[in-house]
Amino acid sequence: MTNFGFKISNTRVIHLDECKMELVRKLYKEEPSFKRCISCGACAATCSARQFTDFNIRKLHTLFRRAQYEGVQQALKACMLCGKCTLVCPRGVNLRSLIIHMRKILFEANKK
Amino acid sequence: MSNYFSPFVLPFLIGVIALITICIIKYIRWYKQFNRVQKTLLLKNILSWKFLSAIWETVWEALFHRKVFKRNFLLGYMHSSIALGWFLLILVGAVETELAVNGPKPFWTGIFYRYFIHDPQAFKHAAFFAHLMDFILLYVLSGVILAYIKSIYSRLFGMKKTSKHVVFDRFTKFSLWLIFPLRLLSESFTATLYNNGGFLTQGLGDMINYTVADVLEIPAWTLYSFALGTFFVAMPFSRYMHIFTEVILIFLRKWGLSENEQVSGFTMYELSACSRCGICIDNCPLYKDLQLQGVQSIYFLRDLRYKRPKEEIADNCLMCNRCMAECPVGLDLMTIRRQMRNKKELDTESNYKYIDNLQAFNSIGRVVYFAGCMSHLTPGIVDAMLNIFDKVNQKYWFMDKDKTICCGRPLWQQGFSIQASELRRKNTQLIKQSGANMLVTSCPICYQSFKKEYNLPIQVMHHTEYIHGLIKSGQLKVRKDDLKVVYHDPCELGRGCGIYQAPRQILKSITTLLKTKNEKDKSLCCGYNLGNTVISLEQQTKIRNAAMDSLLSKHPDLIVTACPMCKKAFKRATDCNVKDIAELVKENMIL
Repeated sequence: MTNFGFKISNTRVIHLDECKMELVRKLYKEEPSFKRCISCGACAATCSARQFTDFNIRKLHTLFRRAQYEGVQQALKACMLCGKCTLVCPRGVNLRSLIIHMRKILFEANKK
Repeated sequence: MSNYFSPFVLPFLIGVIALITICIIKYIRWYKQFNRVQKTLLLKNILSWKFLSAIWETVWEALFHRKVFKRNFLLGYMHSSIALGWFLLILVGAVETELAVNGPKPFWTGIFYRYFIHDPQAFKHAAFFAHLMDFILLYVLSGVILAYIKSIYSRLFGMKKTSKHVVFDRFTKFSLWLIFPLRLLSESFTATLYNNGGFLTQGLGDMINYTVADVLEIPAWTLYSFALGTFFVAMPFSRYMHIFTEVILIFLRKWGLSENEQVSGFTMYELSACSRCGICIDNCPLYKDLQLQGVQSIYFLRDLRYKRPKEEIADNCLMCNRCMAECPVGLDLMTIRRQMRNKKELDTESNYKYIDNLQAFNSIGRVVYFAGCMSHLTPGIVDAMLNIFDKVNQKYWFMDKDKTICCGRPLWQQGFSIQASELRRKNTQLIKQSGANMLVTSCPICYQSFKKEYNLPIQVMHHTEYIHGLIKSGQLKVRKDDLKVVYHDPCELGRGCGIYQAPRQILKSITTLLKTKNEKDKSLCCGYNLGNTVISLEQQTKIRNAAMDSLLSKHPDLIVTACPMCKKAFKRATDCNVKDIAELVKENMIL
């Protein structure tokens, strides 16, 4: 198939009853500026790590926001924390802090 | 011996014994915490000539408090009168005792000299010594009075905000403040009875009724001894532990010891050497512009020392280095801050497999240009630098043109040292493989990282240094403009790496450079520094505005800086033109 640089995702179902929303709530509490995110994708567009790999910070924090934590913890490790995303964010989301907190929260949740 | 003993000596004696024992125990424990490198350095240098320069520095800094004097005369006078004055009281007292008493005598004789030696003509120049001791006591007392005034009205001493001390520190401070008035009182009573005082104690003594003095002499000396004893016992656990520790720290530093990646014995010495003078508070942008309290270095170090550090406080620091530049003790505050940011389990290995395949470009005879992540967001800077390279026919390899590996400093600052070292390893490998002989970077953050955290075999330059070299050697010719500009010193370039002159020389050859209130090591942080992950954008903006107001107060035509981040911060908020120094040079090159 021709590679257009994007693909249509398969249909999937989010079981709202099974979602662990407390982690999302915790993230909002730790980094309140995340509430302002409009998922515009400026962060992913400027990302240095994105130039090398399919690391996509918008996808990751959107997944987190939807309580779809699977694979997020591992994927987040590709971030170099350079701070370009924070500087370009039009909504003033503190992305560096957000990434560190996502990693922390997921680490603690998976440890238990 | 019994001639020189009275029961009131006991509190003092117990205090001294406790003080010495506790200090020795603490110092030995911290010595054991030194790592191997530190121990080797210590043993290697302990008998070198550095000993002398350490003594010199001790006299200037620990006794005379030169750095505090430079800051504010009254503040310096207050600190030095108590430190130097008390030291002289002990020293001259010992000399006086030595002259007055032949043969063995207990060490406390000098402390309670007037009580034990009543003869005003005990030796040839006894009267002179009595006056001298009174003069020194007056010197110390003036410092204590100033200290009291400072606690009420600190602005007189150039301090807007003074430190908020824990109860125990305040208790210790009062016992210290009591020592000298009590000494004056007891010596005056004795002078009433035996006429053995100097101008001060005798003058006061003559005003006191003989019977009153007779009754109160012993209680006064007892209280004096108690004040001393209390202070000595409390000292090792309070902020006054800095009195001895600061001296030891000066010696350790002269012997080549420094902070390490991890907490070591040296950190323990530094923690105790902090006198909690509070000079860092006024200078911290987080207090100055945001009124945040409790996050400044003084409180951070205190919490660490009493083993109750809060993670949020460790993270809440811009790492602008301002407090470090102002610290009169010269503590390595940024390293201690970073040690506490250690991310432990989060800091994992091999996260960056994706950079493994990156290949170096054969750049023998070329310059490696590393723009840095942030410069990619200010393409003007990159464009200007490439233009300058072309202009002087310098071949270059634009290392991070399409694929940017971060220098690792942002990770390292946040405590991810393993992850940062992975990035450093790859960058080092690429630079070494390229065969280039010089690295030029446009970002002060990368610059400091390459300079200090990397161990590169080639020369590393920030573009200000590079351009300055070109202009100086005549390779690059620039025309003089009639612009009036102000220069903003980026934290990482100025206080971080000490580059103040190169950018100023360049600007002087192109424009008219206006002096600003906060320049060089007093430069204000633009607020966007990567060091802090806690404060919000709104708070960053406040810090930025304060820095910008200071720059705009001179009504310049142009704000010039040398950091993509500072440029971006200012550019967003002002109608005044903001440019990087490279862009200005590019526009004024003579073609």
